[in-house]
Amino acid sequence: MSTERHVLLKYILFSCAVLVAPVFFAGGYLLNVLVFVGINTILALALNLLLGYAGQISLGQAAFFGLGAYISGIATATYGMNPWLALVLAAVIVGLIAFAIGFPILKLKGHYLAMATLGFGIIVYIVFNETFELTSGPSGLSGIPYFSVGTFEFDSDMKSYFLIWGFALAMILLSVNLVNSRIGRALRAIHDSEVAARVMGVNARLLKVQVFALSAVFSSIAGSLYAHTMTFISPTSFGFNFSVELLTMVVIGGLGTVYGSFLGAALLTLLPELLRTFQDYDIVIYGFLLVVMIMFLPGGLVRIPSLIMARFDRLRVRGREHA
Amino acid sequence: MLRVEKVTQVFGGVTALRDVSFSVKEREIKGVIGPNGAGKTTLFNIITGIYRQTSGNVYLEDRNVTFLPPERLARRGMVRTFQNVELFGTMTVLENVMVGLHTKSSGGIVASALKLPGVLREERRIREKALACLEFVGIAEHAADIAENLPFGKGRLLEIARAMSLDPSIILLDEPAAGLNARETADLGHLIEKIRSSGVTVVLVEHDMELVMDICDSIMVLNLGEKLAEGTPREIQEDPKVITAYLGEG
Repeated sequence: MSTERHVLLKYILFSCAVLVAPVFFAGGYLLNVLVFVGINTILALALNLLLGYAGQISLGQAAFFGLGAYISGIATATYGMNPWLALVLAAVIVGLIAFAIGFPILKLKGHYLAMATLGFGIIVYIVFNETFELTSGPSGLSGIPYFSVGTFEFDSDMKSYFLIWGFALAMILLSVNLVNSRIGRALRAIHDSEVAARVMGVNARLLKVQVFALSAVFSSIAGSLYAHTMTFISPTSFGFNFSVELLTMVVIGGLGTVYGSFLGAALLTLLPELLRTFQDYDIVIYGFLLVVMIMFLPGGLVRIPSLIMARFDRLRVRGREHA
Repeated sequence: MLRVEKVTQVFGGVTALRDVSFSVKEREIKGVIGPNGAGKTTLFNIITGIYRQTSGNVYLEDRNVTFLPPERLARRGMVRTFQNVELFGTMTVLENVMVGLHTKSSGGIVASALKLPGVLREERRIREKALACLEFVGIAEHAADIAENLPFGKGRLLEIARAMSLDPSIILLDEPAAGLNARETADLGHLIEKIRSSGVTVVLVEHDMELVMDICDSIMVLNLGEKLAEGTPREIQEDPKVITAYLGEG
């Protein structure tokens, strides 16, 4: 029961921090960056459910993000649909696509799964570029409307911040519940030993596909939010590089931790702003970070506090021995 | 209870099992023995749905369960343990058993994410049941430990607790005494007797002859993928074919 309360407390603290943050950044450029931290948090969380908990890699997450953005964009800008409806439509379509490709794809393991999802990502990227009548190709799709409620439009950074973080907080809550449930337990069991999980009656195949679909739906929602916040989208935002960036976020933040997704997303969204001077070499820095993290802090940034505590405890014990 | 009919397994050009048939009676402790490479683990993998055999059928309580995947067999009451202990290493001992209770609970992915009211009640029920299973094998004091930190012998017991949490009608133990010391092996013998007296049929692959001869009601001997003999421990001990297979021609 105490862990139950601990989990809730952590969530409440995090939510408060999120709600208070804009006070310090109002009107500034950083608020705009924090909007993107929100979107990337959702995307990293989606991948973390799949990779960190169920242990299934996907290098095609940017495709689901892009599909959400494009379905939303096309439905509203071209066909005049309501943005909220478009978000739901995109989520449903992307969920169904993920479910359909999930069954054959998730039979694969390790490198093969990575290659298959990578292939899917590349195919989708090509479709964005080549289906000119639908997506306007490489020049991008513009004229996507903002979200609105009545006459209230989510057209400023401040409004977008609360909209996107509202979604992010809701998805974090769902994820926290999920990973602390029997389903979360079954996912970790699959991660540790798939054969043992199956022998224990866990339908590993179905569960993996379900998580894959859930991850795709989260990414699609992030895509819709992105499209209606930016009002302009182009294929370059949804390429292979971005899938790798998401992977880096999850590994740096901490595999198998909900809040690690946020840390990774925050770091990798803020870092490029700080490292402007490096320009196109940012991918090199991501790679370097990834290697350093895996070598020295495989648990991710989220483990730092507990590591410090452990070090502190050890020092105290040693201090007592000396005394 | 369990019937295996003419099971043959060919890997590439190697015949691992050839026309093996045997049956296990209800509430029996059945031993499967044989020299290394005889095909014992392969047989287990076929019975529990992990391998698809080249030919032959498996019946559980007179229903054909050939080619059913392991998760379906688990729901029908067949569980197993593994030769190289397959624990969920990063999870606690209690959580390991709670995974075993997966089939005894029903909250789906949506209900769990929304934390519907039934979910919490179910969790509490599972937790209690899991603790009872740990007590059954005698490792309740390790409930909060991370599974991969358990000593080897305790890990084996955890695997048995996890399997027993499904309320199985039959449990297949793949070399449960491997790596245990004499005392632990004796305790294991008692535990297996206890499992049987709780109404569960036991099939046991084992190298520890003393244990096998001690607790089994009947024994099947495999050699080079073929059934060599089947009978009571005494019959097996005196069977010249078995003695030859184990000791070589004199």
